[in-house]
Amino acid sequence: MKLALHAGVAALALVAAVSGAQAQTRDQIRIVGSSTVFPYTQAVAEQFAASTGGAAPVVESTGTGGGFQVFCGGVGADHPDITGASRAMRLSEFELCATNGVDSVTEVLIGYDGLSIAHSQQGPELNLTKAQIFQALASEVEVNGEIVANPYKMWNEIDASLPATAITVFGPPPTSGTRDAFVELVMIEGCEAFPAIEALEGDRKDEVCERMRQDGPFIEAGENDNLIVQRLNADTNAVGIFGYSFLFENSDTLKAVGVDGVLPSFETIADGSYAVSRPLYIYLKNAHKGVIPGFEDFVNEYVSEASFGEGGYLSERGLIPLPADQRETVRANVTGGVAMTAPAK
Amino acid sequence: MTESTIPGTGAAVAARPSSQAAAALRKRRYAADTRLRVAGLTAILAAVGMLGLLLWTIVSQGLPAFTQTHVRLDFPLSAELVDPADLEATNWRAVVTGGLNAALGETASPAQQRLLSQIITNNAQFIVRDAVRANPSLVGSSITLSVPAADPFDGLNKGQVLRDVPEANRRVSDAQIAWFDQLSAQGRVTAPFNWGLFFNADSRFPEMAGLAGAITGSFYLLLVCFLISFPVGIASAIYLEEFAPKNRWTDLIEVNINNLAAMPSIVYGLLGLAVFIQIFGAPRSAPLSGGLVLSLMVLPTIIISTRAALKAIPPSIREAALGMGASKHQVVMQHVLPLAMPGILTGTIIGMAQALGETAPLLLIGMNAFVTSPPGGILDASTSLPTQIFIWADSPERGFVSRTSAAIMVLLGFLLFMNAIAIYLRSKLERRW
Repeated sequence: MKLALHAGVAALALVAAVSGAQAQTRDQIRIVGSSTVFPYTQAVAEQFAASTGGAAPVVESTGTGGGFQVFCGGVGADHPDITGASRAMRLSEFELCATNGVDSVTEVLIGYDGLSIAHSQQGPELNLTKAQIFQALASEVEVNGEIVANPYKMWNEIDASLPATAITVFGPPPTSGTRDAFVELVMIEGCEAFPAIEALEGDRKDEVCERMRQDGPFIEAGENDNLIVQRLNADTNAVGIFGYSFLFENSDTLKAVGVDGVLPSFETIADGSYAVSRPLYIYLKNAHKGVIPGFEDFVNEYVSEASFGEGGYLSERGLIPLPADQRETVRANVTGGVAMTAPAK
Repeated sequence: MTESTIPGTGAAVAARPSSQAAAALRKRRYAADTRLRVAGLTAILAAVGMLGLLLWTIVSQGLPAFTQTHVRLDFPLSAELVDPADLEATNWRAVVTGGLNAALGETASPAQQRLLSQIITNNAQFIVRDAVRANPSLVGSSITLSVPAADPFDGLNKGQVLRDVPEANRRVSDAQIAWFDQLSAQGRVTAPFNWGLFFNADSRFPEMAGLAGAITGSFYLLLVCFLISFPVGIASAIYLEEFAPKNRWTDLIEVNINNLAAMPSIVYGLLGLAVFIQIFGAPRSAPLSGGLVLSLMVLPTIIISTRAALKAIPPSIREAALGMGASKHQVVMQHVLPLAMPGILTGTIIGMAQALGETAPLLLIGMNAFVTSPPGGILDASTSLPTQIFIWADSPERGFVSRTSAAIMVLLGFLLFMNAIAIYLRSKLERRW
């Protein structure tokens, strides 16, 4: 049983290696954060590794909130260098960073991401207003000045001009950043059209505006957007909510639903006329500058024209680039390592 | 059943003489037999049918990923484009465009050049660069290479992207299709076996993405997992089976081990995150941390199967050895353990197969990272086969749909192989007493 003995020794050595690993520094960049920013960071990481021949950065998709948790955990090789976010950092997260000694963070706005509402090419044309989307998806709506549980089951019950098909909408679950953005950009704005809801105050108003219906027509389809795409192909009357890049990749089978009369495209998202879009950020830990090899090169690659500029490889992946002057400002911030100040909330 | 008399079975005997009631009863019993058989057969057919449907979906979706469309091009390496003294400063994109222009004879506008270069993979520039780096004497002449076609054109070549879809609704424009057809007519388009699927690491481009990182990662994971769980598992099983006194404490341990075997695997992931990574500082996303977590998960399986194998050794062997004057330690190490080894190995391999297919705990410790190079050791960040499937299933690009299924096929292949070894060991080496 020499084998078992040797194996035991090797196992002990491994355990020893674990405790030793803490002290060791690393030679590759580590990035965490939003699953929406993930594909873009992936693209920069691959380009960076292939063109410089440096160690391939490790990119992990943890979600925006989870990313800040790890990112703000501290300074040093055990903690990631960059985190991606599909919303700006919150005050609570900024304070968490500060308590753990991460006091110099640069906020980098990399561009915009459109949220698309889409359905099968075979389905009827749909053009909705935010108010109509709110009426279709909220748990409580206003009917004749009263706030009642959502009675609408068919699109044409909301407005006679809409098709006479059942409301079936696949959307992201509450844990998803896409869901937060959808609620903020569509539902909350949609409910402004209703005077009885506007008249409500405080928590009750938030509840009516933000709560999605649970009685069937809105279906939480999980975090996997590909799954929603497949379901839309199977059910031609169903509508799905997901990131614009999925619509862009599947434009042969899906078509967009116009929101307030505007269809999503690179142009309409960039100029702001398609109103369902959100900013994407990466946050840089300045303390790791010059400590983690390649950190600065990587960040410079991220904010280069070839990457996040117009026609750059990130826009090929679906990112909506910033206007040219804003890109200049962002680049200057990155090179200067300008630390962000505490966010308002 | 024959008509012979069965004495002593009350009702049957009493009713037997030419009674119609007996005939009816017999008929009912035969019918019940048939119904049971039919129900059993239906259940099996349903199970086989569902399994078949699952396999058919995976295989039919995954098969296209085992070939990859390539375009063979002659890339001009004129001295003005490539400076042999400073290969790093070369604009390799221009070299790639040069190769496409050489084949199609186009002198197009920059916008058209961009469309043209989208036909082949974005990483063609690095493929050409590496080829020239390996053989710098080529500068001044040209180099012929088969480079992967970009994902939409791979789909076009395989009939997944349809030409009759209106131009606005597909990822390839009419002009690009015309260029691609021209390349095809020149015999430059081939679709060989996709070795890249096994020898490339992950990439964001489906045409370049492969499983090398995931396979190496899974190998290191299993190595760590085996090195820890095998000795620890066997030692605990030997102690519990051969040495431990039978009392309340050992009963408690036994119940707990059996319970651990039924624990949802995500719990081990949470434990690994909290203990190994946050307290002991094991590196995130590394096979070391993953292997530690998986070894905890596999331990109960190994302990239980080892104990079963030890129990199956007849007491006569132990008694004979003890009778010959062997010490307890000699009995276990020289007689019982070697005889129990086939059973132990079978249990271990099944445990390892379980570890190979495990995803949930690995997601928690960050083994679903995107890394474009295979890990060089157990401390490097990497993915494993199941987490790679998880990442690909979530990617927007079309090509990843078939690659996800192909990766599932590879994983299933490894699992079948490991289970086949376990079956072989069991049938070849196991002794019956």
